[in-house]
Amino acid sequence: MSVTSRAPDARNDQAPAPALRGPVARPGSRLLHRMVWLRLSLLLSAPLAWMLLVYVVALVALLITSLWSVDSLSSEIDRSWTLENFRTLLENEVYRNVALRTVGVAVAVTVIDVAIALPIAFYMAKVASPRARRMLVVAVLTPLWASYLVKVFSWRVVLSEGGLAEWSGLGSPGYGLTAVVITQAYIWLPYVILPIFAALERVPDSLLEAAGDLGAPTGMVLRSIVMPLLVPGIVAGAIFSFSLTMGDYITVNIVGGANQMLGNLIFINAGAANNLPLAAAIAMIPIAVMVVLLTAIRRTGALENM
Amino acid sequence: MSLSTSAPAEAAAVDRTPAITLRGLRKTFGDVVAVDAVDLDIADGEFFSMLGPSGSGKTTVLRLIAGFEQASAGTVELGGVDVTRSAPFERDVHTVFQDYALFPHMSVLDNVGYGLRVRGLGKKERRERAQQALDTVRLGHLGARRPAQLSGGQRQRVALARAIVLQPRVLLLDEPLGALDLKLREQMQVELKQLQRELGITFVFVTHDQEEALTLSDRIAVFDAGRIQQLGSPREIYESPASAYVAGFVGTTNLFDSATSQRILGVAGEHAVRPERLRLSAGTEPDSEGSARPDEVRLEAVVVETIYLGTGNRVHLRTSDGVELVALEQSTGSLDTREHRGEDVTVRFARADVVPLAAGS
Repeated sequence: MSVTSRAPDARNDQAPAPALRGPVARPGSRLLHRMVWLRLSLLLSAPLAWMLLVYVVALVALLITSLWSVDSLSSEIDRSWTLENFRTLLENEVYRNVALRTVGVAVAVTVIDVAIALPIAFYMAKVASPRARRMLVVAVLTPLWASYLVKVFSWRVVLSEGGLAEWSGLGSPGYGLTAVVITQAYIWLPYVILPIFAALERVPDSLLEAAGDLGAPTGMVLRSIVMPLLVPGIVAGAIFSFSLTMGDYITVNIVGGANQMLGNLIFINAGAANNLPLAAAIAMIPIAVMVVLLTAIRRTGALENM
Repeated sequence: MSLSTSAPAEAAAVDRTPAITLRGLRKTFGDVVAVDAVDLDIADGEFFSMLGPSGSGKTTVLRLIAGFEQASAGTVELGGVDVTRSAPFERDVHTVFQDYALFPHMSVLDNVGYGLRVRGLGKKERRERAQQALDTVRLGHLGARRPAQLSGGQRQRVALARAIVLQPRVLLLDEPLGALDLKLREQMQVELKQLQRELGITFVFVTHDQEEALTLSDRIAVFDAGRIQQLGSPREIYESPASAYVAGFVGTTNLFDSATSQRILGVAGEHAVRPERLRLSAGTEPDSEGSARPDEVRLEAVVVETIYLGTGNRVHLRTSDGVELVALEQSTGSLDTREHRGEDVTVRFARADVVPLAAGS
């Protein structure tokens, strides 16, 4: 064969094979091995730069913008420091109502999602066969690939007058806050199922067996063993659904009727009203709510086991 | 399959109902038969071991007794009561799990007290009894810790305390010492044996470690392919294995197939001789006791390898007609009793030490 006969010749043409024994001379690697700080800084510089730019700088820019104002005559941004925007937020009843409404919707969506996600995640992690589990994970993930807008408009069609909900005899709540809660609960559900599923998968079956073995009936096993171990997963899922709902403004535009949420106010002020400083100030509300919430959760120690 | 029981266990079984009775027990997972027609009586207060390689069905039998698996056929009785269809929490047996299965979010004391809490005991009594159980396993001072803060051996003891605090009739132990290092394992073996004697409860002990089973048990069931291959006292299992499988799994052994037996021993059928029964002497020249006595087998062999074990030497040999043998020599303390590679030796063993094995298996 031509290939086999040529192979030895080809090898002979090359430089002698590298020695297998003895150290390999790689000065760069040796330097990196010795200089721990150099290794660390090379490793961390990219993610650190990203964190600084995307999170810290953006947040600081937002905060600074919220302390500016807009000249009502020229519509130019006035770059002198003022707390005027925050005074408006506190004193104007509209902003307070919208903020409370947004938190209320976020709480409702989170409670509904956790209630739906718990049994689904439990079935996926502890009951289903490995094959069925894979199918279910795919089924939970698939909606995330569909466009957000398509999903929201589908719900608009479902909830519309004479739509699927009415046609099926269930009745439709019509466009409004209930429709917003239903749609948001549907859209964020995968984000709640997955962390709870992951937390449940980490609970070894032997723990459940041990509790049953020691005499605990199923309900007690769930209450005293499974739930405490699930708290980190539930908290993670709840943070997702809560914060995602807090920041949403499209769903409420499409199925919310005349209702407004914080996202709408930000959108209007940043766009049509051309008041970027006020928009920035409104954006500080969900951030403040999340900071308060995360601090409270941290106090309970639920984040330590995450 | 031999179902012979040792004399003391049989005596105990006469006046008491067995702690555990298994009849025609069978468990299949899809097409796989994990447990096949197991009949077994385990006497009250017995230290009973189920020994076998992984996948032999021993753990499945344990899980069937505990109620974690539902039998495909057959019955499980505890103290004469049929519990085949009962849930684990309805059975008066407790399990010590291989991975200990301690609840990570509870303190050690709360772990031990969990079964008492389930039974609705008051907090004070719960703490007292849990503390007592912890003292029994000599961990009384660690009650406030979390399981994650304990070493492997300590976790093992907490798991034990959690099970014995409920004073079960039967304690099931699923390879409880498998994750411990050798020194700790030997220490825990002694403690387990003492604990079992003090508490007087039945221990059903699953292990793949034949030495552990021999050391601890009153009786052993050797499992393979979902069936009990032999049932008997450690001495019976070791000295008179019923089959080539048991002889090979429990300890090391010299197995002779039928043809070799015919040549060496003059009888057909499979036979086995334990390595420590083989006596070696240097040289092959017939000396004063050179010719074989009628009650003795004499073979000439070459040393293939000697391995120093501390307590003695393991000597691998090959006879002139190609039979491989292993001999175990106890260290005598004299300086050089060690055979060297390539040396010619004479191998002797008593005919009484040759165990005939059942055909088949």
